[in-house]
Amino acid sequence: MREAGCPVPADGGRERSPERRGRRRHRWDARFSPYAFVAPFFVFFAAFGLFPLLYTGWASLHKVSLHDPTRMEWVGLHNFSRLLEDDFFWNALRNTLTIGVLSTVPQLLMALGLAHLLHYRLRGSTFFRVAMLTPYATSVAAATLVFTMLFGRDYGMINWGLGLLGIEHIDWENGTWTSQLAVSSIVVWRWTGYNALIYLAAMQAVPDDLYESAALDGANRRQQFLHVTIPALRPTILFTVVVSTIGATQLFGEPLLFGGSQTGGGSHQYQTLGLYLYEQGWFDFQLGRASAIAWTMFLLLVVIGLVNWLIARRLNSTGK
Amino acid sequence: MLPTTARRRARGAGTGAAPRRAGSAGRHLHAGRLTYGILLLFTAGSLFPLIWTAIAASRNNQRLAETPPPFWFGGNLFSNMATAWQDANMGKALLNTTFVAGSIALSTVVFATLAGYAFAKLRFRAKNALLMTVIGTMMVPPQLSVVPLFMAIAELEWTNQLQAVILPMMVNAFGVFFMRQYLVHALPTELIEAARVDGAHSLRVVWHVVFPVARPAMAVLGMLTFVLAWNEFFWPIIALTQDNPTVQVALTGLGRGYIPDESVIMAGALLGTLPLLLAFTVFGKQIVGGVMQGAVKG
Repeated sequence: MREAGCPVPADGGRERSPERRGRRRHRWDARFSPYAFVAPFFVFFAAFGLFPLLYTGWASLHKVSLHDPTRMEWVGLHNFSRLLEDDFFWNALRNTLTIGVLSTVPQLLMALGLAHLLHYRLRGSTFFRVAMLTPYATSVAAATLVFTMLFGRDYGMINWGLGLLGIEHIDWENGTWTSQLAVSSIVVWRWTGYNALIYLAAMQAVPDDLYESAALDGANRRQQFLHVTIPALRPTILFTVVVSTIGATQLFGEPLLFGGSQTGGGSHQYQTLGLYLYEQGWFDFQLGRASAIAWTMFLLLVVIGLVNWLIARRLNSTGK
Repeated sequence: MLPTTARRRARGAGTGAAPRRAGSAGRHLHAGRLTYGILLLFTAGSLFPLIWTAIAASRNNQRLAETPPPFWFGGNLFSNMATAWQDANMGKALLNTTFVAGSIALSTVVFATLAGYAFAKLRFRAKNALLMTVIGTMMVPPQLSVVPLFMAIAELEWTNQLQAVILPMMVNAFGVFFMRQYLVHALPTELIEAARVDGAHSLRVVWHVVFPVARPAMAVLGMLTFVLAWNEFFWPIIALTQDNPTVQVALTGLGRGYIPDESVIMAGALLGTLPLLLAFTVFGKQIVGGVMQGAVKG
């Protein structure tokens, strides 16, 4: 399309030459400027995303100490085989999965319901939307510090409320299920409103005539929700599932600060993979092992991504 | 339900409801009492932990170890904040975080607008493949970069320096995608062509055509990025220490028993959240709009 030389006048007298040079510069500019515009992103990603990704893989094949990180001793796949024999790794993997389910499923279901309600004509709709997004503005650290107090065993507000109902004080932090529930509740609190707004945006994009024809077919409100809204939202739902799953796999700050320790509770009852990586690298000083955990997490994400993709493909082929 | 429907008709006739919605059948009904009730419940649930942070921050340690827990403000808010400001280094943390999040937001917005414009409006080889690559990079979790980044800053002796947490976050794939989605529709191609015919080179086009058109989306992206950067947790607690912390690093210090007084911990949490909450009260509508806008095409 932009082969050299076609639009340039052939004569090119001396008085025209600045114009010609300008035009050539113009063409050169049009051709290469797009690359210049996208380059910063790719340069930064190469330096701070791709290179570290690969180098982490390289480091996972070495014994590397936190105290002297430039000295790397080749150990092959030892870090990985050691990982698979470590009970704490399997424990962290299990915890990551259960906390992931406990936080993602209620979060997305509630968000869907809330979006449905926010889609009504509301007085003060802006107020509701902003209020539900404020937890998103609260940092993991601040939110976890508050929730730790609310879930306190002796003086926490939640146990006090349960006490009013005649329920004995629960030792949230020391139980396996109770601590995982508490950690999940922080995630649910922070992200439900955000996801509700995403669903709301998708609902607003559903054309009204779909509802009109459903109503003509005699579908009531509930049937309209199930058979018009939900199918129309399918791509969005899939998107939020992927994003929340990625977030759940990386869960780190909440379990770290809930008990204030990298072990994730006295018997590691809510230690996630992210926390386990942090413990191995920065408390046991084994950066090679930390790298192996990081790559395991990455592989896990790839598998989850593939499963999601397969499910999406199946849903799409059965939906049409 | 019936009275509200009737009210809707009355109001719709009276005020001339938004024309886009007026014709829609049955979907945009006025909410009933139950809807308002549930929404208020969720609003309370969303706001309560924040309000209680303020309540606990205004009490003292003894009062927080009594039953029932306090439900109203006490008189120690400012003294607790002062303690957190000094002993937990919150003053420095707030200053540092403002600088870090501001730099990250600025660079993200500029680079995302440039790349988003190229992906939305310009023609170049491998465009689609490159755009898919941008989206694919969102899958790479931050855990995969901490070990090499840690080695790098140890080598460069950047530990505890702010550029160590700014540089890795200067661009962001979501931003590129967000700006692309906006500019595809908002920026008329004729406008670019007209500027080009007038002889404007590409940087002039960016400065005089793209940036003015993109400004609303740039503002929203800036705010969203600022919030994310302000709350960034994993990498800062590895790269920085309590001597030169960001807010999240300082709060981590509080949470790990750096200071035993619960009311001071809550005062720190409040201080670290307050700037964003203020921004939310002022720009809440725009931020909500941005989240929803960024979501439409996932």
